[in-house]
Amino acid sequence: MNFAKNLKCKECGRVYPLDPVHVCEFCFGPLEVFYDYETLGRVLTRERIEAGPPTMWRYADLLPCRRETAVDIGTGFTPLIRANNLGRLLGLNNLFIKNDCQNPTWSFKDRVVSVAASVAREFEFDTLACASTGNLANSVSAHAARAGMKACVFIPGDLEQGKVIGSAVYNPTLVAVEGGYDDVNRLCSELGDKYPWAFVNINVRPYYAEGSKTLGYEVCEQLGWRAPDHCIAPMASGSLYTKIYKGIKELTWLGLVDWRATRMSGAQALGCSPIYEAWARGTFTIRPQKPQTIAKSLAIGNPADGYYALKVLEQTNGAAAAVTDDEVIEGIKLLAETEGIFAETAGGVVISGLRRLVQEGRVDPEEVVVAFITGAGLKTQEAVSPALAPALTIRPTIDSFEEALGERQRSPASAPIAVGGERR
Amino acid sequence: MEKKRVKFTFVQELIKEPVIWKLAKQYDVITNIRRADVSDDRGWVVLELEGERDEIERGLRWVEEQGVRIDPVYEDIVEG
Repeated sequence: MNFAKNLKCKECGRVYPLDPVHVCEFCFGPLEVFYDYETLGRVLTRERIEAGPPTMWRYADLLPCRRETAVDIGTGFTPLIRANNLGRLLGLNNLFIKNDCQNPTWSFKDRVVSVAASVAREFEFDTLACASTGNLANSVSAHAARAGMKACVFIPGDLEQGKVIGSAVYNPTLVAVEGGYDDVNRLCSELGDKYPWAFVNINVRPYYAEGSKTLGYEVCEQLGWRAPDHCIAPMASGSLYTKIYKGIKELTWLGLVDWRATRMSGAQALGCSPIYEAWARGTFTIRPQKPQTIAKSLAIGNPADGYYALKVLEQTNGAAAAVTDDEVIEGIKLLAETEGIFAETAGGVVISGLRRLVQEGRVDPEEVVVAFITGAGLKTQEAVSPALAPALTIRPTIDSFEEALGERQRSPASAPIAVGGERR
Repeated sequence: MEKKRVKFTFVQELIKEPVIWKLAKQYDVITNIRRADVSDDRGWVVLELEGERDEIERGLRWVEEQGVRIDPVYEDIVEG
């Protein structure tokens, strides 16, 4: 069954049928999927969800497409782990990590693309397209392959080889565009108008964005049908951050979890922090920035949902944090060394952002806190490799091993990171 | 005739300048404002431009030369 009712303009409230359109014809405001919550409230139960598959599609009733025809490569229902070691270091007694590294193409983008690909196929598009510096390109390429669709993926011409392979293996039409980020952006906005493709974050964006809600649903279900007290998520376009909150709100509207006034905090890299910067100035006007950070998966200088992210920050009494590139690496290492999870740079932003908010006294030690780790570290190895302790190279003798081991134990690089960022 | 939807972002120094009026006056482009927000330090306007493709392009180049940032109405498309 599908309970999606229509598209609604987030600015003027005008209603549109469920078509592949993304902006309001009247005010050019963004459109969002609206559901028949009245019927959903009668039909949807915890048991109905629990009887579904162990993927994001167990929440198909709350998505704009049917489970039976979904393009599903096994995305979602990723682990929520209790992070006692990291929590102890940060001074948090109830810290959880939502580990979305464990999706099929190793990032949360599989959630949004799974919905976009499903809807695109229902609308009878034959090509799935996107412009991306990494995770989105990987996911679009994989889902198009599964759906039997063509894929056209645009990437900046100077992208690292490792990221190119993660898309190329699925055999999309991979287009490396000469020029910088702005050039790719401009070209793709024109292509989106010209070609009859499903451009995942243009003409099917209202549907695509809905996939991120499943992170909010999963966390509530995995906490035993309880909303968290405090979430911290990375902010790039602001879409993921706002949709996690939408997911939590929907479950409370439907009576599936109790309202807990969940606080939503967000983290950005200082080198691309337009949402943080507006929040710090106390304004809802975003100043576009030119990204300059190693956290490339968050490098959106002019975020489409920045204004709405600022609204959620305000409504939920959340806080924003921006961290330096050095802190990003510290965050990656801190998570790896305490919880055994190797996150990409966005995860480093979240962990260091959380550390910053704790230091500023913005997180209560007793709150149930969920930190969203949205992509796996193998994708951004080059960011962290210079900061890692080198392997021991020895002769094949016990003496040589013990000598090297002694040297390593004396080396500051091998000491665990303390909460203040210094090595202990 | 073609239509193009764009967002202009003005820095503080340009807020008092009649850039959109000049665009329509100097180029054969119809400007149709759909949404806008102007604060004391920054302003943005979402509008539709109608005209011959080349004329729109020439007009947009001129707007950019004035120091106005031009984006698609859906902001950044390239994602991580």
